[in-house]
Amino acid sequence: MCLGIPGRVEAFLNTEPLERSARVSFGGISREVNLAYVPEADVGDYVIVHVGFAISRVNEDEARRIFRYLEEIGELGEP
Amino acid sequence: MKYLDEYRQRDSIEKVAAEIARLNTRPWTIMEVCGGQTHAIVKYGLQQFLPAAVELVHGPGCPVCVTPLEAIDRAIAIASRPEVIFCSFGDMLRVPGSDRDLLSVKAAGGDIRIVYSPLQAVTLAEENPDREVVFFAIGFETTAPANAMAVFLAREKGLRNFSLLVSHFLVPPAIESICSAKNCRVQGFLAAGHVCAVMGYEQYPPLARKYQIPIVVTGFEPLDILEGVMLCLRQLEEGSCRVENQYARAVERHGNLPAQEMVRQVFEVVDQNWRGVGAVAASGLRLRQDFALFDAGRRFCTDIIARADTSGCISGEIMQGHKKPGDCPHFGNSCRPEKPLGAPMVSSEGACAAYYGYRRQEPANEH
Ligand code: SF4
Repeated sequence: MCLGIPGRVEAFLNTEPLERSARVSFGGISREVNLAYVPEADVGDYVIVHVGFAISRVNEDEARRIFRYLEEIGELGEP
Repeated sequence: MKYLDEYRQRDSIEKVAAEIARLNTRPWTIMEVCGGQTHAIVKYGLQQFLPAAVELVHGPGCPVCVTPLEAIDRAIAIASRPEVIFCSFGDMLRVPGSDRDLLSVKAAGGDIRIVYSPLQAVTLAEENPDREVVFFAIGFETTAPANAMAVFLAREKGLRNFSLLVSHFLVPPAIESICSAKNCRVQGFLAAGHVCAVMGYEQYPPLARKYQIPIVVTGFEPLDILEGVMLCLRQLEEGSCRVENQYARAVERHGNLPAQEMVRQVFEVVDQNWRGVGAVAASGLRLRQDFALFDAGRRFCTDIIARADTSGCISGEIMQGHKKPGDCPHFGNSCRPEKPLGAPMVSSEGACAAYYGYRRQEPANEH
């Protein structure tokens, strides 16, 4: 129950602040998700969803950081 | 899927594993706090990517596992009432109470509904004005904002037939309780990424300093967990004890402020009893006086006497890092997922259920 998963905001369903919600797609399956806690999230953004609520927006630049690091250690590892 | 598949790629995982092997000179014990991380570690056999000297032990971060026996007994008493529609996350139905579980109440005709969000319970209350809808609000800081919003909206909507049975836990006091135990084996922590997505990680530097222990905020995918181990190990090997954030794509230092504000409005901090572990000061939440009308415990005045757990389950020792599921004499014998003796055999985030489900992948160096 506690596994949060990333999904993509597809379309807004409700724009009342506390009940702000959108259809969020999780690789094919989509669900209504409450977005009251991520007021900055827009269509096309990825959000981390827990028990029907988005608790954070995925920062795309930070998401690439580990791969930049892996490239770096890969290069240093070359003879 | 984006943000999942790329964090599960074997070549990336192997690169980080090689870096860990290069850094490692001595034995270390690291605890991952969250049950979601435990699940990923066992599912992907991540221990096999680590040097034999680096042991991962599994923390108390599974809400299904730590919800105390008396809360389950209270849930069973309330769910048995004919006027009640009892809503719960599915995992809770098979957690053993003193005499039985919620599933047996359902089998006997109790109206128990499995929901994935507390908002579904609010909708049920709107649709069934002549019934009492009770939501079993369990969890950590991750579910608290959702549960708080459910109560808040129920009040806005003027619902009088909605209430919460609250069993909420806070992670930092549990980390502190593990660190302060005399026989603590844990030398570094992977903190639960989603708890920090809500709460931030400003609470951790004082803990890291006080107990001279590195704490790395860590995500849930295999690559996240190995990078968390790598960052933790690097600190251990160089003798540092800082707080680092591996999971910066979802976690900011101050966390999610609107979510924290809603939790503060609805809940207040109380002492809490953790199943298997015992009482931990200031480690739980209950509804504030303003929301007392929505407290199912008060509404139904359930007289539950806390009983001792006599099942022989050693979940407390596992969740404090002293033992592994395989050390329990009941594991796989009298305790199996179809007939769990203790709560960690129920939820997929429970260490025992994870070890049982993926036991063929269990690495050889596990003890
Ligand atoms: S195997 Fe069963 S009885 Fe043993 S610790 Fe795990 S849940 Fe408890």
